[in-house]
Amino acid sequence: MSTLEYDGSFEGFLTAIFDCYAQKKTDVRIRNACASTTTLFGTNIRVRTDTEKSNRVWEGLKKRTTKEAARQFYCNFLSELPDFEDHLLEYARYVFASREDVSRDFSHPAVLRTAQVARMVGREKHRMEAFVRFQLSGEIYHASIHPDYNVLPLIGPHFKSRYADQRWFIWDEARHYGLLYDLEHLQVVHETPEETQADTARTSDYARLWKTYFQSTNITERRNMKLHVQHVPYRYWKYLCEKQPL
Amino acid sequence: MNYERITQKLSILADAAKYDVSCSSSGSKRSNPDKKLGDSSGMGICHSYTEDGRCVSLLKILLTNYCIFDCAYCVSRRSNDIQRAAFTVEEVVDLTINFYRRNYIEGLFLSSGIFKNADYTMERLVRVAKTLRLEHGFNGYIHLKTIPGASEELLREAGLYADRLSVNIEIPTDDGLKKLAPEKKRDEMTTPMQHISTGIVASKEERKVIRSAPAFAPAGLSSQMVIGATGESDLEIMQTADNLYQHYQLKRVYYSGYVPISNDQRLPGLGSPVPMLREHRLYQTDWLMRFYGFQMQEILHPEYRNLDLALDPKTGWALQNLHLFPVDVNRADREMLLRVPGIGHKSVDKIVAARRFRSLTFEHLQKMGVSMSRARYFLLCQDKNEVLRRAPGDRTQLRNVLIRQAHSKYRSALVQQGSLFDQADETTGLSATAVPDLHHLFADSL
Repeated sequence: MSTLEYDGSFEGFLTAIFDCYAQKKTDVRIRNACASTTTLFGTNIRVRTDTEKSNRVWEGLKKRTTKEAARQFYCNFLSELPDFEDHLLEYARYVFASREDVSRDFSHPAVLRTAQVARMVGREKHRMEAFVRFQLSGEIYHASIHPDYNVLPLIGPHFKSRYADQRWFIWDEARHYGLLYDLEHLQVVHETPEETQADTARTSDYARLWKTYFQSTNITERRNMKLHVQHVPYRYWKYLCEKQPL
Repeated sequence: MNYERITQKLSILADAAKYDVSCSSSGSKRSNPDKKLGDSSGMGICHSYTEDGRCVSLLKILLTNYCIFDCAYCVSRRSNDIQRAAFTVEEVVDLTINFYRRNYIEGLFLSSGIFKNADYTMERLVRVAKTLRLEHGFNGYIHLKTIPGASEELLREAGLYADRLSVNIEIPTDDGLKKLAPEKKRDEMTTPMQHISTGIVASKEERKVIRSAPAFAPAGLSSQMVIGATGESDLEIMQTADNLYQHYQLKRVYYSGYVPISNDQRLPGLGSPVPMLREHRLYQTDWLMRFYGFQMQEILHPEYRNLDLALDPKTGWALQNLHLFPVDVNRADREMLLRVPGIGHKSVDKIVAARRFRSLTFEHLQKMGVSMSRARYFLLCQDKNEVLRRAPGDRTQLRNVLIRQAHSKYRSALVQQGSLFDQADETTGLSATAVPDLHHLFADSL
């Protein structure tokens, strides 16, 4: 078995799929070079990211399936789940081997898996759109998150259109990068802006008012902590000001 | 901002508003073309959940809890000795904007106790919405409660600034309303509903021709009723709901299990349990009517006046209509698949898409997420699974098997009420895990 190592980018991954076909490899797997551990057996081949190759794969996928299927494919990439590369390679092989659009053949394991993972990633995206809690420092609204999957690229447009008239910044603590909106453009940054590092310990009046509201709107006679935790899992609590002692 | 003062008002006026259950923030198409604040064109978002498990999507408050009415089921009733408070228009606007900017909420849900008179109150509510829209360029979601008896002009104006309007029907039966809220008249609720409904339809028509015409309550009209306060049957509740859907094109009807708040003789006393399971079954029925193609009369009728608390209403319906089953997964149309217990919209979509490629088996369905513990008794698949062909003997027996298999979160509540199993079950001696071997139920259809 040989292992194709790509640079961790989506283009790199698509290039690796291209190379599987170009080199007529069947007994192959694709791994992120930054994350992979060296294998004892088999050969490791470094993939050179090539946008011409990656575009061909991407356009081919879109041509044979639908826009929705392409979105699901990308969501699977962002899931960073173990072995997602194997599943997507199997999915791509099935798509390219079929004459008709098979992206809705849910009785095929690779298709079903892709749809299911895309749904998990979609749910995490939705959660982050819900659970981001901005605080205002100087003139910038900023928040930190720790999503299960790499959903930052997916949530940018939502926040951009909603908070078009305020500067904001969202930092992914798990992956150490952030999104910054400067009233004009969205940009990916790898360091937190200076002004957001000041007075993070101080809780604003609005955060405390929000907690007051959160407690007053609860109906104690209907207390149902199981349901509460199901909707707001413990791992997100530290980012929610209403769940903090204030 | 006077922080202490606002905190006090917020805790009083949020507490008084919490019995209004609507938290929906979807269905509007208000986007943000001018790069101002807010966008409600996407799906609604629940930003948090309270410890009772209900979603928090909107800042839900009363403008004031002073009220000239004395409705027995309401905490803000005139005769109740509680702390009273009132927000100014500016205070509500400031809270809404600042909560919204921090991504705490999708928008505002504003209701009010009735002070002075209906129009005076309604005018204030409208002014909040108007200020948010016109002075702050706010495109977040606004839900305004209409005050019974408010004038048509004010309703019209409210619809221009709000995404959703609601008129609470309060109590499902007219008799109950007379008993608990003698000062309120049914037609003071239905008249505004008629105005709003007409306004929504007219605006939709107009916007087909002139796209820039102003939208009128684009997220529709909704209503709410308290259940379990007046001894009404599920049939009466759903008849009222059905009537609202049919005649006023309501987007949603909400069912609010009565939370005991007083020792008024006319109502369940303090400490009586909130009918949460019943409320859940009513919502399920509501969903069947709105999304699953069921007529109200199919689920509840004069011979079947109350839902089976132990089973969901679709399973309840299927048990009453065993002659329609089993359904062949590979041939049945969408409408019939939607009627199979344990299969929802997502599963139907997957089934219909996937069966073009190959005949589906029991295992395929399981992997796609169909709830086979229920569906297996009502389905036929490619592999003609044995279990499917051997459904339990009669209706009572099948019902008991289904209840045993369900790991219902309400199980303990039901056992306490002693209504879990029909008496007939005592004699069958089925164990919880055994798959019964009974051939004759579907004999006719095989």
